[in-house]
Amino acid sequence: MPNSPSSMVNQYRLEEDEEEQLDANTKDLFIDVDNPESHVTAIETFIMYRVVTKTTRSEFDSSEYEVWRRYQDFLWLRSRLEENHPTLIVHPLPEKFVMKGMVERFNDDFIETRRKALHRFLNKISAHPILSYNQHLKVFLTAQELSSHRKQGPGFLSRMGETVRAVANSVRGLRSRPEEFTLMQEYVEDFSNKICSVDKVTQRIIKEQREYVDELKQYSPTYTQWAGSEEELAESLNGVANCLVRCSKETEEQIYHLSEVLVPTLHEYVLCAETLKAVMRRRDNIQAEFEAKSEALASRKADQDALQEEMDGLADRVELANNALKGDWSRWQNSMRTDLKSAFISTAEKNMEYYEKVRAQNFKSLNR
Amino acid sequence: MADSASSEEVAVIGNTDITSVESENNLINTMVERGTALLRKMEINVAEAEKRTGKNTVNMQETYTVYLIEIRPAETVPEGGTPATPDTLWRRYSEFELLRTYLLVTYPYIIIPPLPEKRAEFVWHKLSADNLDPDFVERRRVGLENFLLRVASHPVLSNDKIFFLFLTEVSAQAFKHCLIYDPFVVFSRRFTALKQYSDELNTVISQLLRVRAKVADRLYGVYKVHGNYGRVFSEWSAIEKEMGDGLQSAGHHMDTYAASIDDILEEEEHYADQLKEYLFYTEAVRSVCRKHELIQYELEMAALDLAHKKQQKEELVTGTVRVFSLKGMTSKLFGQESQEQRESRLAALEQGIQEGEESLKEKNTECQEFMRTAWEDIERFKEQKDKDLREALISYAIMQISMCKKVRSSVYNKAKETWTTLQETTTRSHFHLFFFFSFSC
Repeated sequence: MPNSPSSMVNQYRLEEDEEEQLDANTKDLFIDVDNPESHVTAIETFIMYRVVTKTTRSEFDSSEYEVWRRYQDFLWLRSRLEENHPTLIVHPLPEKFVMKGMVERFNDDFIETRRKALHRFLNKISAHPILSYNQHLKVFLTAQELSSHRKQGPGFLSRMGETVRAVANSVRGLRSRPEEFTLMQEYVEDFSNKICSVDKVTQRIIKEQREYVDELKQYSPTYTQWAGSEEELAESLNGVANCLVRCSKETEEQIYHLSEVLVPTLHEYVLCAETLKAVMRRRDNIQAEFEAKSEALASRKADQDALQEEMDGLADRVELANNALKGDWSRWQNSMRTDLKSAFISTAEKNMEYYEKVRAQNFKSLNR
Repeated sequence: MADSASSEEVAVIGNTDITSVESENNLINTMVERGTALLRKMEINVAEAEKRTGKNTVNMQETYTVYLIEIRPAETVPEGGTPATPDTLWRRYSEFELLRTYLLVTYPYIIIPPLPEKRAEFVWHKLSADNLDPDFVERRRVGLENFLLRVASHPVLSNDKIFFLFLTEVSAQAFKHCLIYDPFVVFSRRFTALKQYSDELNTVISQLLRVRAKVADRLYGVYKVHGNYGRVFSEWSAIEKEMGDGLQSAGHHMDTYAASIDDILEEEEHYADQLKEYLFYTEAVRSVCRKHELIQYELEMAALDLAHKKQQKEELVTGTVRVFSLKGMTSKLFGQESQEQRESRLAALEQGIQEGEESLKEKNTECQEFMRTAWEDIERFKEQKDKDLREALISYAIMQISMCKKVRSSVYNKAKETWTTLQETTTRSHFHLFFFFSFSC
């Protein structure tokens, strides 16, 4: 097994016990997203979500807050977090709109799915040891009126700048990426492929299950029809018909569970994979900037002092970025394992339950 | 085979509740003495109509019309003398219907005269559609009389026992009882029901097999797609460290699951075969019903043939021409035939009649024998079918049960264990380091 990034990061490991204690005892920020409501203005219609915060942290003036936020506000928060911490892995938001399946923006299912994802997003952020202390998060959770805050900050122009630099650096190419990050990059590519495949397979399974249920629904009435022509045999035939009806209900529940538990989790990690790619790119950009400047420094003899200071600053920046990523990387991996494991366990359990119920229905039909 | 003069006995095809001796006698009587029509013995009228009220089957009051049927011996009335008092009884329209249905069932190859309409149809504007309207009732009375006369003048139908009862049995209850329990009717009804059942069974099993195949197809799809999980998990396990073994194992379980469908569907085919056997059985049942129809047909044709021969003999003997025949025509045109010719024709006819009676007797026996033995076997078949199919359904359910148990324990229970025991990495976040970094960003 090649050296995986997480094995390298093990160098930075802290004592196990200490860490566990810290995690268990320090959850002091609880956030809920609920009550989606439709808001209609002259210009547009949109959904507002209620964000309820309960905390014991001293930085907060109060211990409870209730604010109303729309999807755009979440987008703003996330982009701020990414700007402040370019090489930390910020949990993704649900997508802006769903193209396939022609889901309407104000469809109840869509709103509920989005609400759950937004809830998860804030909970992931609040569980993050660094991001949860971010100023913008505090503002997001507490300010009654967010629009004034949104106008502040670097915003559009800085994003433009970043993009320009990114393009320039990609053209230039990275001189020497540390091996651990190359391995990370490779892992991210592979992980992205795999998680997308799992997502696709799951969608396909759901589709096949749905078609199976459709046929099953045609199957049971045939037995009932036959029972109508029989005397002695009628009871047994009706028994089979009833069994099939219940089995198709169980299968529908099975499908529902897949859609509600496994699919959203897989989907989130598909988005995570994209986030990871972006993080890797940003890290590369930071290094590229440093390299560009050091080349400039090497070629220009004059003004060395001034440049040197800038250089030191950039060098620090690179180191910070790298360490931040390394640290967050193992944290993310852990979180990913926990989430996926839990989703797969739940799926396995649901399957066990499903087969048990189907077995029971067949058993019941026998004893008629 | 002497001509006996008993006029009370009525012969009917398939009269199976009498002894063989009586049966023989009845066959003798079939058409010889009574002539070709009941009409020669009696006059039939539908004389009047009356309104009645009473309780119907669902215990509700209803108003209906009854018709008076008069029967008197067909003798000429002397000048100035009063006609003999007729025997009378009342019948309502539904009883006429019962009679007609009986005739349809008993003589499927004879064209049964129709009844006048039950409800007024084809009415023009001012004509009343009310069944109780006196004009309608009067027109119906005429129609019903016409019906009775048509039946009475049919060479075969006129000899029917049930028809005779219709004209003579005063109690509607008793008449219905005889009709329903007439053995021939019972058997015919059974065979008709059997044919219908056989067709229904054929249709429903065909449909069931079709749908089952579609269900199996879909189920196959579901299982096989899980095989894709196997492949992906296996590939994914190669890039993971802590999760690697778990993913590999989970992939293996998914492969097992995907492969298991082949055995499952193979066992289901066995169930499908059991159903197919009874699908093909319906063909055999149908051919028994067809045989019954054929025998019935031959019987009626023999009766009809005999009736015609007797009619011809009667014409020859009495000199009356009823039925158009070429011989009759030519003799009219070209003059009467000689006494010798007549006698030889008569002798030939009598020969034919004797043979016909023999043939009819044989066919009657054959028909009864067939119905009896066929029905015995049909009862046997029904028992066998119920038993076999019930067992097939039971084994189907048992098979589903064992499949569920297997999948649950050998796939998902194991998969769950795999995921549960997945090593959680002990590498946690670098808490302190993060604190430092966050404040310096």
